[in-house]
Amino acid sequence: MSDKVKVTIDGISVEVAPGTTILNAARQIGGDIVPPAMCYYSKLEGSGGKCRTCLVKVSKGSEKDPRPMPKLVASCRTTVMDGMEVENITSPEVVEAREGVVEMLLINHPLDCPVCDQAGECSLQDLGFEHGAAQTRYEFDRRTFERIDIGDKIQLHMNRCILCYRCTYVADQITDGRCHGVIGRGDHAEISTYIEKAIDNDFSGNVIDVCPVGALTDKTFRFKNRVWFTKPVDAHRDCPTCSGKVTLWYKGEEVIRVTARKDEYNEVEEFICNTCRFDKKKTSDWVIEGPRAIANTSVISSNHYETLKPLPVIQQNPALMASNKEEFERTKKS
Amino acid sequence: MARKLLFEHINVPGINTFDVYRKQGGYRAVEKALKSLSPDDVVEEVKKSGLRGRGGAGFPTGMKWSFLAKPEGVPRYLVCNADESEPGTFKDRYLMTNIPHLLIEGMIVSSYALGANTSYIYVRGEMMPQIRILEKAIAEAKAAGFLGKNILGSGFDLELYVQPGGGAYICGEETALLESLEGKRGNPRIKPPFPAVSGLYGCPTVVNNVESIAAVVPIVNEGGDEYAKIGIGRSTGTKLISASGNINKPGVYEIELGVSVEEFIYSEEYCGGIANGKRLKAVVAGGSSVPILPANLILKTTNGENRLMTYESLSDGGFATGTMLGSGGFVVLDEDACIVRNTWNFSRFYHHESCGQCSPCREGTGWMEKVLHRLEYGHGTMSDIDLLVNVAKQIEGNTICPLGDAAAWPVASAIRHFRDEFEWHVTHPQEALKGNYGLAHYADPLPQIAQTV
Repeated sequence: MSDKVKVTIDGISVEVAPGTTILNAARQIGGDIVPPAMCYYSKLEGSGGKCRTCLVKVSKGSEKDPRPMPKLVASCRTTVMDGMEVENITSPEVVEAREGVVEMLLINHPLDCPVCDQAGECSLQDLGFEHGAAQTRYEFDRRTFERIDIGDKIQLHMNRCILCYRCTYVADQITDGRCHGVIGRGDHAEISTYIEKAIDNDFSGNVIDVCPVGALTDKTFRFKNRVWFTKPVDAHRDCPTCSGKVTLWYKGEEVIRVTARKDEYNEVEEFICNTCRFDKKKTSDWVIEGPRAIANTSVISSNHYETLKPLPVIQQNPALMASNKEEFERTKKS
Repeated sequence: MARKLLFEHINVPGINTFDVYRKQGGYRAVEKALKSLSPDDVVEEVKKSGLRGRGGAGFPTGMKWSFLAKPEGVPRYLVCNADESEPGTFKDRYLMTNIPHLLIEGMIVSSYALGANTSYIYVRGEMMPQIRILEKAIAEAKAAGFLGKNILGSGFDLELYVQPGGGAYICGEETALLESLEGKRGNPRIKPPFPAVSGLYGCPTVVNNVESIAAVVPIVNEGGDEYAKIGIGRSTGTKLISASGNINKPGVYEIELGVSVEEFIYSEEYCGGIANGKRLKAVVAGGSSVPILPANLILKTTNGENRLMTYESLSDGGFATGTMLGSGGFVVLDEDACIVRNTWNFSRFYHHESCGQCSPCREGTGWMEKVLHRLEYGHGTMSDIDLLVNVAKQIEGNTICPLGDAAAWPVASAIRHFRDEFEWHVTHPQEALKGNYGLAHYADPLPQIAQTV
């Protein structure tokens, strides 16, 4: 007997290790059948199950017990069984439920994308675009909060929050000493620190990276630029606190933002420290590696390196030059 | 006169004290269980009794107990859910106030059956008097040797603690209760794992309602088979019903399961009929979470049979024409009651009590409340009614815990059965502010269904 279990998602079979969740099995297949996830974060233990966007239908429980599961299940927290059959985009029921969840997530969201720093790399924006309705049926005042500064580098804009709890897990697991959590209940619940205490920790900046929306933003980058006008470049430095592997976001010759490297599911590869994120904003601080791979579907990829007069940082690096040329060719075609 | 098992001695003066309770035959079950029965025997008796969870879901208690994982060297816990806060339900508070030793006795026997040496009673924070009553009762029982080390020389140790909650409805959900008991924010956990495998502090745990635990006492005293003789079919034993609303005699009644709804409402033994000579309009049969039914459907099923106070009969017809026994919060509405207002009121409660963990419930409960408020105050439109049905559908079944369902069902059922009253609120906004829709056709006899052969 093999130690792998077989699961079929939307008709595509994959063999995964026992204990894998449906979502992660789907990610091993990849493509359109991967359920969207707003709250699940593979690097944060205990995350997931809350946003309900990853709901799927289990049409066959397992080889031993072929009964379907009675309700739609959260794929991020349901582990696969051998012979399980899952319907995601092939099930109208799932598509409908997901559309309902997206509507719910948006009813209290300010939809202030034009002035939001997260626009262009926002999971909620993508989710709304792919699964949402064109119009809202919600006709009441949206709940509002005051903006809060959590320390001098991070701003909390609670209006935009979808209460995914990711940042509270970061505060719990990545940093020591818990000072950040959820207060209040229901639609009045808010992310907060005890009495607006600053989060004072080397790794606190990671709450910005895990936030799927624009609720937690980097104050050193606030209103500096739209992300799709900036050029992401992978770089590293010898950092005593973290791995030092980051993405630098260039505007002209200036590094205007430093973030951790994010994969296609918007999850960071490695958490980075605050020194790297907030204090090292000179090209000379970093060793440039090459261009950051951005999915073609992302708006960020539309305006990368297409300039006839590449920046000094690009000219010095053959990989960046090649990427620049390729992007430039692509713009000319269209 | 129907048989009383839990409230047999409820009217004896001083039954809340240990001495009087003992004199009336109290703590016999502890003596019998600890001296002559093995823990498995007690579980077997409970299984035989057919006792079903009295908290609302109606899951067989014996089966729940037998699911408890029993790994070596890991403590097991019994937690009593006394976080009763469903609108319309107040039976547990009554039981704890008046006959606290019944619960203590049940806790001892149940803990013995499950092998728990530390047990908790999680009481809703608002019930401060009941918390004091229970603590006093525990002290009395301990002084008499029924709690502590080596109870009655049997070698069984048990410590019993009362834990006040913070007054959140959501902490009545068993996993949220356990989170709260551990000192965390009362958010329901994602299941599996179920508490029977990983509950309090990650140990196997059983969470039972106050009434379920109290019912273990007569089961052990008289035997499971004897208990199962009361009631009809799979609804065995007696049930406490909290009757409220427009009736002559509101209060907590212990009924034998199987009494007809009509008898329960109109007989002198129970509710004593509708107050002020009014007519019955609707009934919420099991606490605010269950679907509301109009008068004609609550008294008769669609087959024309009398509806009985049992788990099965009340849910006859599914959600289309049935409801649920739930926790036994029996709310009677007369012809002057406004269903829209009542639905809005329930919805306001769920909006306030949603924990905010999963998006559909967090956002949807507030949305429904706002739309219902608009309808009730004469600013609604016809499309609002369909919107409500749709929002309820988007919440139902898509959340971690049943609070989402509980918020969706009353709204969906009110519109299903009282749609013309909602429409009247849209077409006659001025009249709706001053008066109400009245009884209309809600008590008319049900149409005969054509028999399909």
